[in-house]
Amino acid sequence: MADVSYKDLSVNGLWKNNPAIVQLLGLCPLLAVTGSVVNAIGLGLATTMVLIISNTSVSLIRNLVSDAVRLPTFVMIIASAVTCIELLMQAFAYELFQILGIFLPLITTNCVILGRADGFAARNSIGPSFYDGLIMGLGFACVLAVLGGLRELSGTGALFANMDLLFGPAAANWKIVMYSDYQPFLLAILPPGAFIFTGLIIAVKNLIDDQIKNRQDASKAIPVKGAKRVRVTGAVS
Amino acid sequence: MLGRSITRNSILLALFAACTTALIAGTQLLTKSDIAEQKRQAEEKALLQVVPRSRHDNSMLDDTIPVGPQDVRLGLREEKQIYVAREKGEVIAVIIPAIARDGYTGDIELIVGVNRDGTIAGVRALAQRETPGLGDKVDLKKSDWMLGFNGRSLTNPKLAGWAVKKDNGVFDEFTGATITPRAVVTAIRKVLQFAQANRNTLFGVSDTGDSPTGEAS
Repeated sequence: MADVSYKDLSVNGLWKNNPAIVQLLGLCPLLAVTGSVVNAIGLGLATTMVLIISNTSVSLIRNLVSDAVRLPTFVMIIASAVTCIELLMQAFAYELFQILGIFLPLITTNCVILGRADGFAARNSIGPSFYDGLIMGLGFACVLAVLGGLRELSGTGALFANMDLLFGPAAANWKIVMYSDYQPFLLAILPPGAFIFTGLIIAVKNLIDDQIKNRQDASKAIPVKGAKRVRVTGAVS
Repeated sequence: MLGRSITRNSILLALFAACTTALIAGTQLLTKSDIAEQKRQAEEKALLQVVPRSRHDNSMLDDTIPVGPQDVRLGLREEKQIYVAREKGEVIAVIIPAIARDGYTGDIELIVGVNRDGTIAGVRALAQRETPGLGDKVDLKKSDWMLGFNGRSLTNPKLAGWAVKKDNGVFDEFTGATITPRAVVTAIRKVLQFAQANRNTLFGVSDTGDSPTGEAS
């Protein structure tokens, strides 16, 4: 596993092995905080930071810890990274910290993080581990953001409300009202909406994957067809 | 052999525990003052929405009267503070914390600003878990229903009118949610009654004209 390609890592984290919609890990925060874009991005960024920190430090100490105490050490690293991020968020994005509430400390229990620490960072050098953390985190954050966007739009008829919680006062007027006289669609904001939209996102992803596969099959099929014809005519004559 | 590996692993774990604890302790020390400041600002922000800076010249966070669960009208579950707004030393309004315990999904935490003349300066919900899209209209971010209380008092409307329209009162309920506004209206009415009963202590309208809690720090 010494020669990991950064391109493969990117494709894996963002699409092929996306933590949220392919590995289906970390669904609890995914479903809980994606009521709006700002919450989703907030938690996505926090998770990404934790992933980067934990992957990097696990990779740093991978030759130091024995197998027996591997998991406790990883958990300790992850937990302290989460606590530090939580404190920082409290200091610099207090209102968002209040909204995300319990889901910040719960990042510790997000299986994506321990999964990447044990499955990737424990076997790879710092560079790729750092990058894997970044890409996996971004993959997770992207799904969160898309889900948050879909739910916010269908639930309230607007997008990017309260973005100033995350990006400072300059972002206060980023809110886009799509339909000014929109009757709030409750289902989208409540937990069932999260399940439905997650399902839809997974379905769309599978659809795209199928189409890519079909196209590849189609391009492969032509030479096979041709070869067959040659052999058939050969047999006849 | 086994003993040695146990020793080695234990030391390793202890080392890691020490390192990570030190890291967290360090971060906490570094962010401590920032967090305290943020908490204060968040607290003050809500207060300033009710009584804006233009109306008073003291620091409301430092000018408080403690109030506890013993007064049932406020519905408090723990010791809280009444914030006093003064201009030139005279109390112009107080901001009273209250809890509407009979919300649809548990407690609704409110602050109610009461002016010296007994009218409402403003009401805000600090914490609520009402149904999103229905009961959460008590949050000013979702709806401006809360602004409808501004200027109201125990004489406007009369006591019987302090209810939602469904109960023959004057206040609108939200479509699909009656329990939440009913709880809030009742809680606010009780706060006003509390303020009226404790007028002397709160506004310093006693013989000396001085607040019993002393000067603003």
